[in-house]
Amino acid sequence: MKLAYRDALRQALIDAMREDPDIFAIGEEVGRYGGAYGVTKGLIEEFGAERLVDTPISEPAIVGAAVGAAMAGMRPVAELMYVDFVGMTMDQLCNQAAKIRYMFGGQIGVPMVLRTQGGIGRSAGAQHSQSLEAYVMHTPGLRLAMPGTVYDAYHLLRQALKQPDPVVFIEHKGLYAMSEEVDLSVPPPEWGKAVVRREGRDIVMVTYSRQIHYAMQAAEELAAEGIEATVIDLRTLNPLDFDTIRAAVEPIGKAMVISEAAMTAGVAAELAARITEECFDFLEDPVVRVAGEDIPISVSVELEKGSVPGPALVAQTARELVA
Amino acid sequence: MNKDSPVGLQSNTNLLSYYREMQRIRTFEDRVGELYLRGESAGSMLHLSIGEESAAVGFCNAMTDGDTFTTHHRGHGIFLARGADPNRMMAEIGGKEDGYCRGKGGSMQIADMGLGHLGANAIVGGGIPAVVGAALVAKRRGNGKISVAFFGDGAMQQGILYESMNMAALWDLPVVFVCINNQWGMGTRIDQATKATKLHERAAAFGLNAETVNGLDVMDVIAAADRIVEGARAGTPGFLAVDCFRFYGHGRKDKSPYRTEEEETVGRQKDPVKFAREALIAQGHDEAELDALDKEITEEMDATIDFTIASPEPALDTMFQDVYAPGQPVPEPVRSRIERVLARE
Ligand SMILES: Cc1ncc(C[n+]2csc(CCOP(=O)(O)OP(=O)(O)O)c2C)c(N)n1
Ligand SMILES: [Mg+2]
Repeated sequence: MKLAYRDALRQALIDAMREDPDIFAIGEEVGRYGGAYGVTKGLIEEFGAERLVDTPISEPAIVGAAVGAAMAGMRPVAELMYVDFVGMTMDQLCNQAAKIRYMFGGQIGVPMVLRTQGGIGRSAGAQHSQSLEAYVMHTPGLRLAMPGTVYDAYHLLRQALKQPDPVVFIEHKGLYAMSEEVDLSVPPPEWGKAVVRREGRDIVMVTYSRQIHYAMQAAEELAAEGIEATVIDLRTLNPLDFDTIRAAVEPIGKAMVISEAAMTAGVAAELAARITEECFDFLEDPVVRVAGEDIPISVSVELEKGSVPGPALVAQTARELVA
Repeated sequence: MNKDSPVGLQSNTNLLSYYREMQRIRTFEDRVGELYLRGESAGSMLHLSIGEESAAVGFCNAMTDGDTFTTHHRGHGIFLARGADPNRMMAEIGGKEDGYCRGKGGSMQIADMGLGHLGANAIVGGGIPAVVGAALVAKRRGNGKISVAFFGDGAMQQGILYESMNMAALWDLPVVFVCINNQWGMGTRIDQATKATKLHERAAAFGLNAETVNGLDVMDVIAAADRIVEGARAGTPGFLAVDCFRFYGHGRKDKSPYRTEEEETVGRQKDPVKFAREALIAQGHDEAELDALDKEITEEMDATIDFTIASPEPALDTMFQDVYAPGQPVPEPVRSRIERVLARE
């Protein structure tokens, strides 16, 4: 079946909401409007306004209310229209949602999902184009999923909606319209497991979200030149499946990490450090980060594109690492 | 303007210039839509202020050189009313080098310090607290300047507005909060976002001079703005809600399927440009004179598109500039970091 990323997300919500009457969505324009990017389109007709709760533009209270609803026994799917707004909700997310189980000695958890989207691709400018997953990954207590494929858009969201702890679920705005051939009935990998998208003997590319596609494109290009890359799609950054990374890196000894987010102190930095620490004896080269520039994103089409890695930079870096 | 005389269309000789300013805004916005259709805009997140011209022109009339302001994502009209160059605005909307922010900001993040524009904002409510700080400085310096935050009705539900109004009142700051109430925030009508729809009452509760004015007649907005700004310059912060209607979709591509046709038809009757035009005719101006004025404006705004298309894309390496101050080291490009690492082998 050919399915778009956006439609897979919608289907996941529909199936989960049919199964579990405690699941409800809460956020700006999630109901009548159907979501700024159309993910919740039509859901209000089946599930009603009580389960697609349209809110005022009040992000901290949206996330905070979801925290409370989760503590009170339901399973909210809060939505932030853009991940860039997470800054406004940092207290509710990082001081409340993330810490409640721990601070209260394990008495209660916060089983909520925070759906949001990030990344470049629409000339949306500095305040609507960021990749802020490091904020989340840096906060103990939060889970973090970032689907890069249509299949994962569906199954990771289904799995996120079964987790006992808060999950931040970051979609990529550049993927909503992407269609892929999928069979959703194939059982998904266990929650928290990475997937090896491609196996090769020369270099390991570790990545997630939209950059999966850039890595795969680069790997195809390299294959034509005789360079074979392994491509790992992490799918979730917390839990982090380091075993899969280690198993791929040790026999090859060359690894690069690819991320759209600003390079410094980003997810790629954490991954590169961890590979360096844990696989040090097997590495032939430094673990190289191919990541976003340490700059805000411009609205100019050219500058926007130039701010994040594309397949060409991925391929070139791999080529030089292997040489 | 003589504040003691009853302000009304019949008595006012400036209406022609207000009409002109409003028509310039409407025509500019129309050309923004055209820029998008021609594939020359940077993206499609373009929010047009058609229907809100009286708020921009009416309020900005009370502002003077040196006053500062912030706007929201639907701020083209306000910026024009404060004297912006439409060519440089359009070029910014096109993400081009000749734009106000050299293609970095775009429609939603445009600014010009020379005109006191401290910045448009893509974060709903994001530009509001800055005017408290700017006014704090104006007060410290005793320069008689005010600082004004323009925002939409959607921002009325952001907590930061209340923190800001409270501080402004507490410290007697020369601040005005202007809410352009076009009745909608994306697909949410104001009464679907709040039960407290008499917006100025909230500001009054904090001790601000607060009013709501109908935006149909620009002269009413001018009168209200004069009252509020006079208070602000004297140290009592103000709040003005301007009632109007968002004529078109939220963004350029939105067709507003969540509104009924009837609502749109009725809403668009609240047309400050048409209203002013009819008033001018009633005052004895003739159609031909106004048509000639419109034509002049059309030519001015048509030229903004040519200007934008002719303007170059910003050079790629400019993306590393302006992260930090001039003279500071710029961030090292990822490519050169990678090259350095690989060269070490
Ligand atoms: C903090 C934040 N939340 C949500 C959005 C998405 N968004 C952009 S404009 C808008 C509606 C704003 O409505 P209003 O303030 O009335 O301004 P209008 O668009 O009507 O001019 C929304 C929800 C945003 N840009 N920033
Ligand atoms: Mg509005």
